[in-house]
Amino acid sequence: MSVLAKFVAKVVGIVLIGGLLGATLVRFAPGFGVDEEELDTRLNSQSIQNLRAQQESVSVGRFYADYLARLLHGDLGVSRTLQQPVTRLLADRFPETLKSVALGLTLGWSLGLSFAIATVLTRAWVVDALASFLAALLLCLPAAVLAILFVLARIPAQFLLGLVVFPKVFRYSRNLLARSASLPHVLTARAKGLATGRILLWHILPTAAPQLLALAGVSISLAFTAAIPVEALCDLPGIGQLAWKAALGRDITLLINLTMIVTLVTLLANSMSEWAGRAFGARAA
Amino acid sequence: MKYIRALAIAVLLIVALSSLLADVLAPSSYARQYRDLPDASPSMQHPLGTDDLGRDRFSRVLHGTRVSLVLAPVAALLTCLLAGIVGGAGGFFGGWIERCVMAATDLLLSLPWLFLLLTVRALLPLNVSPLTSVAITFALLGCLGWAGAARIICADVHTIAESDFILTARSCGSHSFRLLWRHVLPNLKPILLAQFWISIPVFILTEANLGMLGLGISEPMPSWGSLLRELGSYSALSAQPVQFVPLVLFVIVVSSFHLVLSKEELPV
Amino acid sequence: MKRRILSLAFLFLCGLASAFAQSGTTLRFCLRSEPKTFNPVLMADDASETIRYLTGGVLMHVNRQTQELEPELATSWKVSDQGKTITFTLRDKVRFSDGTPFGPQDVAYTMQQLMDPALHSPTGDAFRSAEGKVVTRVLGKNRLSITFPAPIAGLDKLFDQVAIMSSTSPQKEMAVLGPYFVSENKAGSYLMLSRNPNYWKHDSNGHALPFIDSIRLDIQQNRDIEMLRLVRGEIDFINSLDAEYFDKVIAQNPAMAHDAGVSLDAEFMWFNQVPTASIPAYKKAWFTSTNFRRAVSEAINREDMARIVFRGHARPAMGPISPANKFWFNSKLQPHPFDQKSALQRLSSDGFRLQDGVLRDREGHAVEFSIMTNSGNKYRERMATMMQQDLSQIGIKLNITTLDFPSLIERMTRTFDYEACLLGLVNNDLDPNSQMNVWLSSAENHQWNPSQKTPATAWEAEIDKLMHAQASSLDPKKRKEYLDKVQQIAWEQEPFIYLVNKNALSAVSSAVQNVHPVVLRPQVYWNIDQLSLSTQVARSH
Repeated sequence: MSVLAKFVAKVVGIVLIGGLLGATLVRFAPGFGVDEEELDTRLNSQSIQNLRAQQESVSVGRFYADYLARLLHGDLGVSRTLQQPVTRLLADRFPETLKSVALGLTLGWSLGLSFAIATVLTRAWVVDALASFLAALLLCLPAAVLAILFVLARIPAQFLLGLVVFPKVFRYSRNLLARSASLPHVLTARAKGLATGRILLWHILPTAAPQLLALAGVSISLAFTAAIPVEALCDLPGIGQLAWKAALGRDITLLINLTMIVTLVTLLANSMSEWAGRAFGARAA
Repeated sequence: MKYIRALAIAVLLIVALSSLLADVLAPSSYARQYRDLPDASPSMQHPLGTDDLGRDRFSRVLHGTRVSLVLAPVAALLTCLLAGIVGGAGGFFGGWIERCVMAATDLLLSLPWLFLLLTVRALLPLNVSPLTSVAITFALLGCLGWAGAARIICADVHTIAESDFILTARSCGSHSFRLLWRHVLPNLKPILLAQFWISIPVFILTEANLGMLGLGISEPMPSWGSLLRELGSYSALSAQPVQFVPLVLFVIVVSSFHLVLSKEELPV
Repeated sequence: MKRRILSLAFLFLCGLASAFAQSGTTLRFCLRSEPKTFNPVLMADDASETIRYLTGGVLMHVNRQTQELEPELATSWKVSDQGKTITFTLRDKVRFSDGTPFGPQDVAYTMQQLMDPALHSPTGDAFRSAEGKVVTRVLGKNRLSITFPAPIAGLDKLFDQVAIMSSTSPQKEMAVLGPYFVSENKAGSYLMLSRNPNYWKHDSNGHALPFIDSIRLDIQQNRDIEMLRLVRGEIDFINSLDAEYFDKVIAQNPAMAHDAGVSLDAEFMWFNQVPTASIPAYKKAWFTSTNFRRAVSEAINREDMARIVFRGHARPAMGPISPANKFWFNSKLQPHPFDQKSALQRLSSDGFRLQDGVLRDREGHAVEFSIMTNSGNKYRERMATMMQQDLSQIGIKLNITTLDFPSLIERMTRTFDYEACLLGLVNNDLDPNSQMNVWLSSAENHQWNPSQKTPATAWEAEIDKLMHAQASSLDPKKRKEYLDKVQQIAWEQEPFIYLVNKNALSAVSSAVQNVHPVVLRPQVYWNIDQLSLSTQVARSH
């Protein structure tokens, strides 16, 4: 119980610091409190002055304290640029990002693990070379080029996340499975003529499972952070696009909430990896 | 695999050498606009044609490659230094320092780094030459990209610090600095080297992405980001084949960096 | 007889087919951002303005083709009291989209909202000529008058922007009088507008307008995706097309491409002349020198810029009023010549000298300055790069910096920490009054040296005088004379170095009928209630 309480306290603490850092970053970023509307030539001096007065805010500390007080009552504030409650914006956009991340992870893992298994089981250099080439190619293409290629080829942009996840999953799982496959008991099983599928399911995968689980955690975090540029580049109405807009509009309220969400996801994913790694270590010991 | 590594090294050497000799090999200045020849097809005068402002594409590719190949390693070195100091301290001293380092890297990884980059860049003075702007862009990348590497180094130093030979050295009365200098650092060298090597293509890619978003290096200095920008739009559908040369070269160079490291050396 | 029956049957079938074709028709196009508000009084961004145009009912309307005012909800109007009062006679039996009746109280309510000092409506600010209250009087069932504290030049045309709101509808600003109403809003994704069943207009045959049943507005920031969707037939038009894409459209399907000619928009640069700006004194001296500005202007090859950057779909700009603004443009002005010799002569008269390819001022400082522009706008980046080469020919070193918009605006309006800036002005209004907040030396948008207590130079004082004079005169001829002088001074002094006026380019699918793209916004759908879709199979969303 105390371990769980400590963990929750740690997560909450880091998320709160993340929010504060996000707020500080926006508050002191050039262009904070500036509105494009100021360049509207129809506005007279008084209106522009008023617009500026509206944008000026209190110190970061006070702003953040107010925000936290509201957060305790379930109020996430109102987005300045989109003029809508953040709760509503997140409710509208989060499912879209979850769908993209889920699709991306499914694709990335299906491709990556299949290629890794095929490479290890067949031990054919052609399969290895093909998959390695594909992974290397995807690692070498800038996300912006990939995004435009997807758009031009009419492929749903959600799959792009799959291609971001795939190289990491493939490379890591291939190494893990190869290591498991070279363990003495696996070699014995192979020598005894056990079916390939049985060796994979009973001997290779269980040994590599904890580390694969750790990789799953990392890949969730990876897909989630990659969703921001992908959604922004491909015009997907998820929280990634929202984060890009919030950054460009210096929308402090929206950016605090989004930073906290990303911090939370990163922390949970990394903790999951660490736990899985430790569990593996304990078992191995 | 050995042959592929050798091939990758050869490719990198050839590309690096030709980009270093850009001033000799380039048929004209990378900045000169031949305004009567915008978007020209390849010719004797312009082997890869010209871009939308009539600038010789071949010269721009050579100079752009030089910019990325010289500055990405500098940024990678900076990252490794920072990651080595932060991650090394966390892993070696352990306890609350390690927890703080891990929390700090978690935080840095969660912050919108693109926004961070945008912010820092906007704070800098405007009247800087293109070359300085290139150096600034890569220095920023180097300063902001250490968190991931620090996590890996922290974990590895932790393992080394708990190993038997360190315990023996400690029991023999070796003080912390000596332990670090004589025992930890030599064992960390391969990891640092791998991190350095793997960071180079990452920074080349990041600069390319920034360039494509219009946040890269100032005109008229070319970089891979600004060269690839030609393809980053609907126009790519009707692009001439020579317009894909920078992309092909980019992929070859970045994959060569990946191929130089063996499978086992690749950090994930 | 048989033939007549056959032709009647044919006509009937055609009518039936057309009726079917029109039922369930949806026009699709893209918005580049989400509308910030649906309240017509507060609208300032492009997306909200589009919604206002498609949904809002106005008292009178500027015909975008003829540039003349036409009656809409007001059947007639009269400006009196030396331009202080306007009296309207309103159309009878008109209802809002939710069925609420329309009357003078609604106009009075809209004016009250518009002029509310707390709301700071951009549309309302155009009506604020002096301090004081706006008095609205309901004169009968269908008449009302509005009196302003001071005369307003071009008062009637300002009502083109005022969408009338209901004073009684429970739906508030969502009840509208225009051809469409907002029926669905999927945040960040799309908006659906449905045909307003109570729209008052009918065509010459008595058919209720608009012809198209609904409009789907997809929110699409990425212009490449927008272009692809047009080519694939997923959207029906792009209202404002980039020159590069325009050429692609011409190559693929010339019938889709429409170049309406030079638009009201201008691209220009200026030097920072703010006395308190944190730039060296010797640079301030350059920037405040008319000779220096004129020399820079003459050293820039605008023809090349229009030909290369805008692929010929632009023309060298002459001043604050574009030639597209038929009435107000000073036709005596000529574009600044590209003449580097003359530029060097002007510079030498100010003590500058060219030494080993480097221009130096009297004190020996090498002439070098930075120009900032907004990142992501490749046209401006290309323009700056061309200027860089042009200026290097006269020994000036130009450094280009791209910044995101908020950072740029902060430097422009708050810190004044910049040397030169390259931007564009989107102009929606024909009347020069809309540029008062740019040209008056006391204005915030007087970019080169804003919010001056007293004019810094004699020519700025002269512009102030002329702009005030044109704003208080009701005689269009006199106003034109004053404005011609303003344009002449701007041409001579070049506080803004105007570079090019872009053409109004658009691409429209052949399925959209009755399209006549124009230079004024909204170029393609200005006659939205007259547009129809000729698709044989009705598209449903």
